[in-house]
Amino acid sequence: MIITVHHYLMLSIILFVIGAIGVVTRRNALIIFMSIELMLNAVNIAFLAFARWNLLIEGKMIVLFVLAVAAAEAAVGLGIIISIYRNRQTVYVDEMRLLKG
Amino acid sequence: MLDSLYQFVSIQTLAWLIVALPLAGAAINALIAVATAKRDIGAYRSLVSFAGVVLPMLAFASAAAIFVTMTSFESADPSFITGSLFQWAVTPTLVIDIGLKIDQLSIVMALMVSGVGSLIHLYSVGYMGHDEGYARYFAELNLFLFFMLVLVLADNLILMFVGWEGVGLCSYLLIGFWFEDIAKARAGTKAFIVNRIGDAFFLAGMFLIYAVMASANAPIGSGYFNFEMMSRYNAYFVPMATAISLLLFGGAIGKSAQIPLYVWLPDAMAGPTPVSALIHAATMVTAGVYMVVRLNFIFALSPFALTFVATVGTVTALYAATMGLTQTDIKKILAYSTISQLGYMFLAAGVGAFSAAIFHLVTHAFFKALLFLGAGSVIHAMAGEQDIRNLGGLRYRMPVTCWTFVLAAAAIAGIAPASGFFSKDAILWQAYERGHIVLWAIGFMAAGLTSFYIFRAVGATFFGETNAPLEKFKRAHESPASMIVPMMLLAVLSVFGGLIGVPQVLGGVNRIGTWLSRLIAYEVSHAPEEGAAEMVLMVITLLWSLHFAVLGWVIYSQRREWPEAVARRFGFIYRLVANKYYVDEIYDFLIVRPLNWVSTKILWQTVDDTFIDGIAVHGTARTVGVWANVVSMAETGVLQQYLLYFLIGAVVVVGYLAL
Amino acid sequence: METVLFYFLAAITVVSALLVITRANPISSALMLVVCFLATAGIFAMLGAMFIAVIQVLLYAGAIMVLFIFVIMLIQTDAGDLKRRAITFGKILGAVAAVYLAIILGIAAWRPPFIEAPQAGEAFLLPATMGSQLLTTYILPFEILSVLLLIAIVGAVVLAKKKI
Repeated sequence: MIITVHHYLMLSIILFVIGAIGVVTRRNALIIFMSIELMLNAVNIAFLAFARWNLLIEGKMIVLFVLAVAAAEAAVGLGIIISIYRNRQTVYVDEMRLLKG
Repeated sequence: MLDSLYQFVSIQTLAWLIVALPLAGAAINALIAVATAKRDIGAYRSLVSFAGVVLPMLAFASAAAIFVTMTSFESADPSFITGSLFQWAVTPTLVIDIGLKIDQLSIVMALMVSGVGSLIHLYSVGYMGHDEGYARYFAELNLFLFFMLVLVLADNLILMFVGWEGVGLCSYLLIGFWFEDIAKARAGTKAFIVNRIGDAFFLAGMFLIYAVMASANAPIGSGYFNFEMMSRYNAYFVPMATAISLLLFGGAIGKSAQIPLYVWLPDAMAGPTPVSALIHAATMVTAGVYMVVRLNFIFALSPFALTFVATVGTVTALYAATMGLTQTDIKKILAYSTISQLGYMFLAAGVGAFSAAIFHLVTHAFFKALLFLGAGSVIHAMAGEQDIRNLGGLRYRMPVTCWTFVLAAAAIAGIAPASGFFSKDAILWQAYERGHIVLWAIGFMAAGLTSFYIFRAVGATFFGETNAPLEKFKRAHESPASMIVPMMLLAVLSVFGGLIGVPQVLGGVNRIGTWLSRLIAYEVSHAPEEGAAEMVLMVITLLWSLHFAVLGWVIYSQRREWPEAVARRFGFIYRLVANKYYVDEIYDFLIVRPLNWVSTKILWQTVDDTFIDGIAVHGTARTVGVWANVVSMAETGVLQQYLLYFLIGAVVVVGYLAL
Repeated sequence: METVLFYFLAAITVVSALLVITRANPISSALMLVVCFLATAGIFAMLGAMFIAVIQVLLYAGAIMVLFIFVIMLIQTDAGDLKRRAITFGKILGAVAAVYLAIILGIAAWRPPFIEAPQAGEAFLLPATMGSQLLTTYILPFEILSVLLLIAIVGAVVLAKKKI
């Protein structure tokens, strides 16, 4: 069975959807954040697959940038979660309803 | 002498001056009124008097100059137009310009309006001298004069309608002059509204005229409503002549107080007496007659319309005369008398005797204005007493007023050689001679009633024992010169004014008839017949009027208890007539109350409150609020839910794009 | 060979991803995520992106996940909270929507040509190519990225301080 680009794409889709389910389902903010990282990873796989099959270096560049930005975002996001924890004593998102109305 | 005048101004400028001078007076007085509001008028009083009296007199002088010039034109047609001052409305389908037309008819009217108007302005200086609203009064009076002159001098129907509406406005302002008294203010409103009903008909008539002229492919540039143009395209009016005539006459019914729209005129007596004299005797109410005569070429195309006009006029004449028998307020007697005499003018117009109508219009202006001024003099002297049952015996205390009043009464009763004799006789003779015997008979009876009620007023006010409280009576004195002089001038006119229309049968030339006949082609269809019938009728009418005049005079000065006995005997009829046949009450019940009910219950409470306020305005607001509440249920504040919405949205978009 | 490797790594990735989202204990989730990242790095290597694979291990598994673990340890979740789970309508809807998304994307992606990976030249595989591109064509994003990282550092410090 030849591995075609579709295999990698299916993998990417499955990972992405797993991450999406995690975002929508879990209450814990940290788990949600991890699910987001999963989604980013899935996207990276897709980009690299297309880059490999079309022999374009651009795919790799994008992935590099995505990695860097994800790192920065993780840092800031975790900082926010810590601030929220300090103020609300909770990290469960369904207990944070200040935006209501 | 006139030649030197024409070196400075052209005759067209003179024509415009007739109209412009009262307008200038109105403007000056209005500025002074506004500037001195709520303060004493002080030094400006003389300026107001000057602007209010001299400017109209100058307008009269201009009109007189033009008249003299016109009479010197021998064979040529002396009428002229001033040309357009400016174009008021220019559209592809209609052009209206502002221009004046001076012809035989309009110069006669202009002379009468400005002449009698100037005299009444002069009288007002004395009568309204102590009034706080002196400047405002003269501003409104001058404005009225301006609009009336625009009405009679206009060269097209639209400009005439502007004047028509303008005099209605000034009438409203002046009737409700003492507006702090709510009853007086209401009288002004009633006048305006009833007039408006007539104006609706007038407008409908104008729309039909537009339709006719447009279908006749008349050139737009010279104006569809221009009198010249309309008479040139006269043939096209034939199919619509009846409709147009009746509708325009509807407007005249309102303005000239005929049945059924006369109800405003007695109430209009709430205004100052000079206003009653000028507006509701001499000028505004005659606008309807002028309009009918001006448009005689349309009316003449419809015998039905003419008959209608004559009938309405005659019935009104008799109807109003009966009411003069029982009224006790001297001004109301004169008001009903005006309605009655206007009926005579429409009778003349309706039988085709247009110049007789104008003749009576002019003489009526003289003697009716004088009657009102005399009444005003009495009211002024007796500190506001208007009820004739509380007057009497004033002839020695106010001799000039008394005898001028008697002369005017003789004129209105048609007693030779006063002017009213010739004019009323001309009308009755024309009615008889053209075959309208029934109309003649009714007019004849009304003439008798006229004599009776006017000398009733004479007797009750000036002769016999006085019924006034002694203190008031002792204080009564003759009015100042500013009031007496106009009255004396009008008395001269009332007596000798008839000379312009002395009929041929008596040896005269009927100057006014020949003067106007060049304008009114349809009148000369009847050549005068042999003079014998006319003489006989004249004598009969004279004796009839004289008989009733003496009767009324004597009864109400010496035997005042007789009418009271008669009133008791015929209680029901007396009450019916004395209460004006309950017409006001009937109108109130049939028209005013339902209208009020509809306005309040339906238009106000239902349409306005419920529908517009409740549903449209508040309802919209509430709907927005309700929807906002519904939509805000989606905003729970839980971020995860928002992410869920993201996901669903993404699914939808991807689904659409990918598949 | 390649097939077996691919399926092996893919299986690890997917299983560990599933475990990430289903574990009650956040530490377990974090550790599973690390495993996922490592397997993903293997996938990256199979796709000829060696440099990216290494960076993935270093950065994601090494730095970011350590950060996560620190934060999880800072946030003391009670044992009791771990038990409580609410299955709400919204969650079911979300899961269904996500699965539906997967199906749609899968159907959309399944189209010819079904070919194997073309021959990749040196230029493609070497990190040197990436490096040169980074400093020529993509110089601007590169610089901006540095600024972004600076902002992130400052932001993180500010956000996490006790007193501003």
